[in-house]
Amino acid sequence: MLKSIQRSGRKYWDLYLLLIPTAVYFVIFKYLPMIGLQIAFRDYMPRLGYWDSPWLGLDYFRRFFSFYSSWRIILNTLTLSALNLLFTFPLPILLALLLNEMRAAGYKKLIQTVTYAPHFLSTVVIVGMITAFCSPSSGVVNSIIKIFGGEPIYFMAKREWFRPLYVISEVWSTMGWNSIIFLSALTGVDQQMYEAARIDGASRWQTLWRITLPSILPTISIMLIINCGHVMSLGFEKVYLMQTDLNIDVSRVISTFVYEQGILATQTSYASAIGLMNSLVNFILVISVNWISKKLSEVSLW
Amino acid sequence: MVSTRINESRGDRAFGAAVYIVATVILLIVAYPLIYVVSASFSDPLDILTGKLILFPKHVQFRAYRAVLVSKDVLLGYRNTILYSVAGTVINIVLTTSGAYCLSRRDMYGRTAITFMISFTMFFSGGMIPTYIVIKNLNLLNTFWVMVLPGAISATNLLIMRNYFQHSVPQEIIEAAYMDGCSNVGTLIRVVLPVSKSIVAVMVIFYLVGHWNSYFSAMLYLNDRSRYTLQVFLREILIKNDLGDMGAGSESSSVEMTLLYESLKFAVIVVATLPMMLFYPFMQRYFVKGVMMGSIKG
Repeated sequence: MLKSIQRSGRKYWDLYLLLIPTAVYFVIFKYLPMIGLQIAFRDYMPRLGYWDSPWLGLDYFRRFFSFYSSWRIILNTLTLSALNLLFTFPLPILLALLLNEMRAAGYKKLIQTVTYAPHFLSTVVIVGMITAFCSPSSGVVNSIIKIFGGEPIYFMAKREWFRPLYVISEVWSTMGWNSIIFLSALTGVDQQMYEAARIDGASRWQTLWRITLPSILPTISIMLIINCGHVMSLGFEKVYLMQTDLNIDVSRVISTFVYEQGILATQTSYASAIGLMNSLVNFILVISVNWISKKLSEVSLW
Repeated sequence: MVSTRINESRGDRAFGAAVYIVATVILLIVAYPLIYVVSASFSDPLDILTGKLILFPKHVQFRAYRAVLVSKDVLLGYRNTILYSVAGTVINIVLTTSGAYCLSRRDMYGRTAITFMISFTMFFSGGMIPTYIVIKNLNLLNTFWVMVLPGAISATNLLIMRNYFQHSVPQEIIEAAYMDGCSNVGTLIRVVLPVSKSIVAVMVIFYLVGHWNSYFSAMLYLNDRSRYTLQVFLREILIKNDLGDMGAGSESSSVEMTLLYESLKFAVIVVATLPMMLFYPFMQRYFVKGVMMGSIKG
């Protein structure tokens, strides 16, 4: 072993130097915060630092679960994630299949260009668009409702509209981009199978169900694994930006609650404890969905 | 495919038609809000307010743009965002490339352990608050560096790039350069990078779009208005309905300003998004490649 270290050191001394900035980055910005997670078990006082702040054990975890709306927050996170997954996952597959069936190259290209475009809009712009479109006085959605003789709805002030608006805009902005991965899987399907199917007289519908879909099933299942692993790590930005006093009941999720407690209310240790719990759950989720998938279909991330 | 046309059954033709109909519906649904934003930004605000604007503007005018382009907030945000995006992307590319190249050399000692340490951060993180404390203790809050250093390397991108170096760059040319007495860093710069332009392009796109659109770090780590990014000002204008210095214009009354706001918010969106949208057609070829590379497992 010593010999291989020496040999590697001689051959790659300059690369070891080159690796220093990367290593330093990961140590400072990724591993130091992990060491800092111990404040979840301590009454953190900046003056005393991580190691000398008084030890409290599981106090903050108990406090979180005895807080009357904790379950509500967890439920909000899961509901929004699950709803989001339910709609944002299958639609890109549909789009990829449609594009794959299209023979007019120019029109196909146009659809791709247009549907990928919203991926380049920022979350702030997307939430800004929702706000503008749904405005009760001037929003186009309400203008259209009025044309058909309906009453304008103040979407942003109604908490029952928070989840639909979140999911619809998410579908709108991610459908095209997320279809790329399935589309590229589709280009990898063996063309000879299509030839054979056609000679056997299979209809296009049958070809779709018997050849195309089964061929991209591994890609679909691995993408589903990745997505299921992320149900508890709902993006912070969009929920935070869509949050108002009127929809807080349904829009308060774990990440926004951590921000509220840790940054706004300076309950540093308490917020770290909630964050730690969330990270652990995420970690276990990713590992277990991967394990399940390995058992079921021999498809896994590693 | 053309030869199949003639003997296509009725069912297949119906299938083909259904494909085009559904695809067209999706196209229209995605395109409509985009077209509306552009139309509204050029429209007479009164038409928006009275619901007359449905697709194209009836009375084209540029007043909203005039107000946006003289706004000090928007210009400051623009300047800062360009600064953070360019500097941030340069740092991203240099660090990601060097890290990925080092970890792609198969016989380098310690490579597996370091790769594992980096991959681990993709699955578990300290989270918002401990990261905030580290940044605060480093005295980075409210500095230029807080916008470029905490996100200097994305583990995902580093691994994508490492895979590319391992599988798409012929190992023979690297060995040949080594035999010729070229240093490893020299090999990276003179041999590997010239054949890896597409992956570098992909990384530039991923990082640059990320910087341009990011809101979270500016919101969390900055409270000095002079350092705010475009997205922070956008939020004030679009979501909080705060016109900032645009509302303070002396010649227009507040009623007029409230009216102008109806088209102004759309003009702000166009102005803030235009650089990415202009850049986008040139990137398309690369990002399709990039998404595919991200899906290949290591």
